[in-house]
Amino acid sequence: MDLFLQQILTGLANGAIYACLALAVVMIYQAIDHFNFAQGEMAMFSTYICWAMIAGGLPYWVAFFATIIISFVGGLAIERIIFKPLHSAPVLSHVVVFIGLVAIFNSTAGAIWDHTIKTFPSPFPDGSFAGLIGLHEIGMFFVTLIMLLGIFGFFRFTRIGMAMQAAAANPDSAGLVGIRVGWMLALGWGLAAAIGAVAGMMIAPIVFLDPNMMLGILLYGFASAIVGGISSPGGAVAGGFLVGIIENLAGTYIPAIGSELKLTVALILIVTVLLFKPNGLFGKTIVTRV
Amino acid sequence: MNTGRKLSLTIAAVAALGMVATSALADKMYGPGVTDTSIKIGNTNPYSGPAAAYSAIGKSIAAYFDKINKENGGVNGRMIEFISLDDGYSPPKTKEQTRKLVEQDNVLLVFQGLGTPTNSAVHNYMNQKKVPQLFVATGATKWGDPENYPWTMGWQPSYQTEGKLFGAYIMENVKDPKVAILYQNDDYGKDYVTGLRDYLGDKADSIIVAEESYEVTDPTINSQMIKLKDSGANVFYNVSTPKFAAQAIKKFRELNWDAVFLNNSVSNSVGAVYKPAGLDNSKGIISLQYFQDNTDPSIFDTEPYKKWKAFMTEYYPDGDLSSSFTVYGYLVAQTLEQVLKQAGDNLTRENVMKEAANLDLELDMMLPGVKIQTSPTDFFPIEAMMPIEFDGEKFVPIGKVVSVN
Repeated sequence: MDLFLQQILTGLANGAIYACLALAVVMIYQAIDHFNFAQGEMAMFSTYICWAMIAGGLPYWVAFFATIIISFVGGLAIERIIFKPLHSAPVLSHVVVFIGLVAIFNSTAGAIWDHTIKTFPSPFPDGSFAGLIGLHEIGMFFVTLIMLLGIFGFFRFTRIGMAMQAAAANPDSAGLVGIRVGWMLALGWGLAAAIGAVAGMMIAPIVFLDPNMMLGILLYGFASAIVGGISSPGGAVAGGFLVGIIENLAGTYIPAIGSELKLTVALILIVTVLLFKPNGLFGKTIVTRV
Repeated sequence: MNTGRKLSLTIAAVAALGMVATSALADKMYGPGVTDTSIKIGNTNPYSGPAAAYSAIGKSIAAYFDKINKENGGVNGRMIEFISLDDGYSPPKTKEQTRKLVEQDNVLLVFQGLGTPTNSAVHNYMNQKKVPQLFVATGATKWGDPENYPWTMGWQPSYQTEGKLFGAYIMENVKDPKVAILYQNDDYGKDYVTGLRDYLGDKADSIIVAEESYEVTDPTINSQMIKLKDSGANVFYNVSTPKFAAQAIKKFRELNWDAVFLNNSVSNSVGAVYKPAGLDNSKGIISLQYFQDNTDPSIFDTEPYKKWKAFMTEYYPDGDLSSSFTVYGYLVAQTLEQVLKQAGDNLTRENVMKEAANLDLELDMMLPGVKIQTSPTDFFPIEAMMPIEFDGEKFVPIGKVVSVN
């Protein structure tokens, strides 16, 4: 029983990691209608920027918010500089650029800050709740919820949020009703980068900061976003927790899976959900008129 | 007719020359790269690229050869010509540079090539060409396979050897041991587990109560740690790379797991593992070492340390006195010196391998009781290590040397 409870709580803690990044994935998908494979590396790079500022003597929260702003501007710049010229290029060209960005961010981080792991401070107190789940994980859970509410409100209640959705779903019509589609894309990139930065700064205290920090996590982030529904921020967060718990329980109680096939569980979840419920457990069905 | 006589004369002359040559070489047999006054030794090291920190090993080896060239006139009157090329830790580059060493520079042997993937890239080549690939700088187990690869030999304890030594430590020091293992799911992790299992033999299945693996893509190993603790083990055997080792140490303390913490040498680093995990959390962790810790002030007054320091100051003044790589290079270079000494004037590649497989050597910066021993069937030079405990600042030797010799 104790083992069961601990695995569930550890699953939730891991789920918080996946959920955080899944939010960034959903954000960019809402804006550009693609996955961004460099999302994880961008988040890692933002985290390094924050680390460097803290190491340089800035207080945590100053560095935290400064990093969010820098990441927002950085994301915006990437879209304006790299993707705007590629606007009408086929999807594959975009994918190649995403992969290029992965390599660029990863090796630049390695070259500047080297490859040894670094400790990243947590804004929450040390210790754990009854030895079962760390206080940082609990804090992270709330940060994720706050971000979720923010994103939900942004898309639901602000004109600019709705304009962004329109620009992603139907760029031509959106343009005709006066939405500046190009800037909406850039804004999406900026917001996704900012959310990724928060995710990175929340994740790093748990897994340690190194250039390959996001390598595996991004896969789980994708899995969470797909399981929950790529169009639904709430779904993505729920998906994150689900993936975390299912992965741990399957790894613990199904001997054929064990620790060796834990990642496979996440991948099987992606395939299963795509086969039977392509819009995810919580996603809305999108009907396209032909 | 004229031509015929000319030809026979030539043949006679060649035969005569040949006889002179054989009699002169009766006691001197030379392979490629050897003359009466010099021996060419090749090497590849990562002087650039991601693993460039390791090049301190190549540099200290070069410094050591400078020392014996200057102070002893080389080995048996032959100067060592050490040709060390940069491979950037990239296997294709290693191949290119090794070819250059063997085919253009004509070295007698390649010594201390650094890295597992890099040495793997030239493993077959060296054995097909029958060029000694001596004392490679990697801990993989495959370098000690005289039957299939008679031209390759490792030096440092292999992962499997270290696994066996941990087995010896457990059996000698833990009452009623129950072992839980965390390992990386690849050759490196499995080598360590195999070593431990081999040593425990029939008892392995009853002593090892839990085994959990992780993939390098796993974000955390927390789920594995909880399962391992749940097994009720009193020994935790950690076979993970620095990032996961630091996570394991943190989780081990968080779970209040009361067990002996054994840590593999891959992650036995204060800066890269114990500091990030928390020095307090890392107190009491036990690992194995085979040479002296050159940062431990208690050895600063000993003869071996003073000798090593004098060598560093004179021949490698830029070298880092707190880096273990420089001690490593110093020791491995002495091992090759001994092989060349033993080979005497018979410096063929065959004889070099024969002498490399005929070592029984004690070096002074090694921990007491750790010897370098090889035989034609034993291509693992170092098979004894000293258990050391991290006390929150430095490593303290505990107990006596464990050995599988």
